[in-house]
Amino acid sequence: MTQLPLRAQLASALGRSAATLSRMTGRGDGSVIGGRVGLMLEPDLLRKLALDRKLALISATNGKTTTTRLVTSALLELGEVATNAFGANMPAGHVSALSQYKGAPYGVLEVDEKYLPEVLDTTGAGVVCLMNLSRDQMDRAAEIWLLAQKWRRALSGKPTHVIANCDDPLVTWGASTAAKVTWVAGGQRWKEDSWCCPECGGPLDRKDADWACRECTFHRPEPQWAVDDDVALDPDGERWLLDIQLPGQANRSNAVMALAVAAAFGVPVERALPRLREVTSVAGRYTTVERDGRYARLLLSKNPAGWLEAFDVADPQLPIILSVNAQGPDGRDTSWLWDVDYRILRGRPVFVTGERRLDLALRLDVAEVPFTLCDTFTEALAMQPPGRVDVIANYTAFQQIRSEFGRAV
Amino acid sequence: MPSDSALRIVWIYPDLLSTYGDQGNVLVLERRAQLRGVETETIHVRSADPVPETGDLYLIGGGEDRPQILAAERLRRDGGLHRAVAGGAVLLAVCAGYQIMGSTFGGEEGQPVDGIGLLDISSSRGAARAVGELVAEVDAALNLPTLTGFENHMGVTRLGPGVKALSRTIVGTGNGNGFEGCYAGHVVGTYLHGPALARNPALADLLLSWCVGDLAPLDDSRYEALRQERLASVLPG
Repeated sequence: MTQLPLRAQLASALGRSAATLSRMTGRGDGSVIGGRVGLMLEPDLLRKLALDRKLALISATNGKTTTTRLVTSALLELGEVATNAFGANMPAGHVSALSQYKGAPYGVLEVDEKYLPEVLDTTGAGVVCLMNLSRDQMDRAAEIWLLAQKWRRALSGKPTHVIANCDDPLVTWGASTAAKVTWVAGGQRWKEDSWCCPECGGPLDRKDADWACRECTFHRPEPQWAVDDDVALDPDGERWLLDIQLPGQANRSNAVMALAVAAAFGVPVERALPRLREVTSVAGRYTTVERDGRYARLLLSKNPAGWLEAFDVADPQLPIILSVNAQGPDGRDTSWLWDVDYRILRGRPVFVTGERRLDLALRLDVAEVPFTLCDTFTEALAMQPPGRVDVIANYTAFQQIRSEFGRAV
Repeated sequence: MPSDSALRIVWIYPDLLSTYGDQGNVLVLERRAQLRGVETETIHVRSADPVPETGDLYLIGGGEDRPQILAAERLRRDGGLHRAVAGGAVLLAVCAGYQIMGSTFGGEEGQPVDGIGLLDISSSRGAARAVGELVAEVDAALNLPTLTGFENHMGVTRLGPGVKALSRTIVGTGNGNGFEGCYAGHVVGTYLHGPALARNPALADLLLSWCVGDLAPLDDSRYEALRQERLASVLPG
């Protein structure tokens, strides 16, 4: 590692102090405030901190935090890895992460979809991993076709090696201007945002996993990696039983993406995979918390595609608590509830809470899903018989529950 | 198999224009019809397919700029919706779908794009995005309670003499001139995006009654609880 210029060193150190203060005073985990202080003192800090490191940027609508964690675990095979493990995925969070791990030769950064072009330009990251794009918090997020177009412009003309999910047509389009792409057949459960060709607007014909535009030449590229249920297929056609601890098909897909990224860094599957199997929860996701004999497994879902993935993980034999808020980070618009098909919950005991529980209550009522309305999560949990229960919550609702249990990780 | 007498709901181009929970309007209409014993048959028309002319109630939703332009081109080329409306079908057009119904609307760079001319309106791109809760008092002739919903658009819509304003805005932007939405005959346009009918069941019933006549009242307590909470969140006192 080359020595940082004095100003950058100072900015980085003061940022770390601010982060420590934030943690000590219980205001947060410090990963945003520290980076903001650093960037204020040295606007070029992120570029300077990124110099001479081998970086991977991880972006998608869903699975960013988890995949960042999986890639980080795999790259620990090579040495120390700087990472923004708690989902602070904008430049302040990146500065904070790289400041914290000053000597780490590797970095794995979760990047907000909108910020990917800027962060790629600034850091010159060698590897970018792109998993999926779907509708998300539309009152403030960019429209996703526009987002994919910005990815195309950002990747064009750079030597970046992109690892991308070719089962998602929009991701494929967003990635395909890159000089080098490794395609991963990572699967796509939510298809409602990709019935039209991103290139020409024509209809996309789909047959099993394959897709192609009926009107132009845009089609699914041939994948080098694939996920087949619980098996990863590598570019040599070798099959690897994943057997990871994180639940659900979405995480198996994340794991194969992580294996492909690790391979791009020279870590072979036989070394990376045992590392992925050690991961049991990610920033509170999939954690089980206990109170009075009730064991609640916490699942985070922020958008329609995320709810589909959570339903895949949730145990149909168990009762389920749903909690929905609409604060700034959630998106203030709850329209997306109507894009989720809740009928899969019929027959389970369903409990509804969160600040926007009345929106969800009406949604379930129209879907003919019986439920019990609860003013608080505490009340919903207390109504459970002793034993296990699944919890699906959107972002701030999830963080509120996590806080109740001492920011469970 | 639905009988010939089933209410035919046609959802136009969910592959292009259904970004903001627009499916909610379909689900609310289906449910409220079923609760009255009215059988429904819903047809999802993809943009590559022709729009059937024999529907009773047509819905078109909101979406991004580029799909909006594609939808306008295809609807104009197809002509099915024009023939259905000329034949007396009911249409609810939301947000991007609302703008399409006029003579022009603003494209992704603000350029004027031809609409399909089913409503006497014209839209253009406004200076700022209108995002947030919207409250409006409905035109007295329609005899509906206060409209409540969420808007998220950059459009400014001018109404011509061939339409009437749907409502007068109390909170929010709507058309951009103190009014929100418009109607002409059995065609209703609104910026209340996504599941507008979930927040306004009386509007859902108005559309249904245009198709099937008088409707028995329902227990609307869930709808009402949500309406009161949302209205209280933005109205003073």
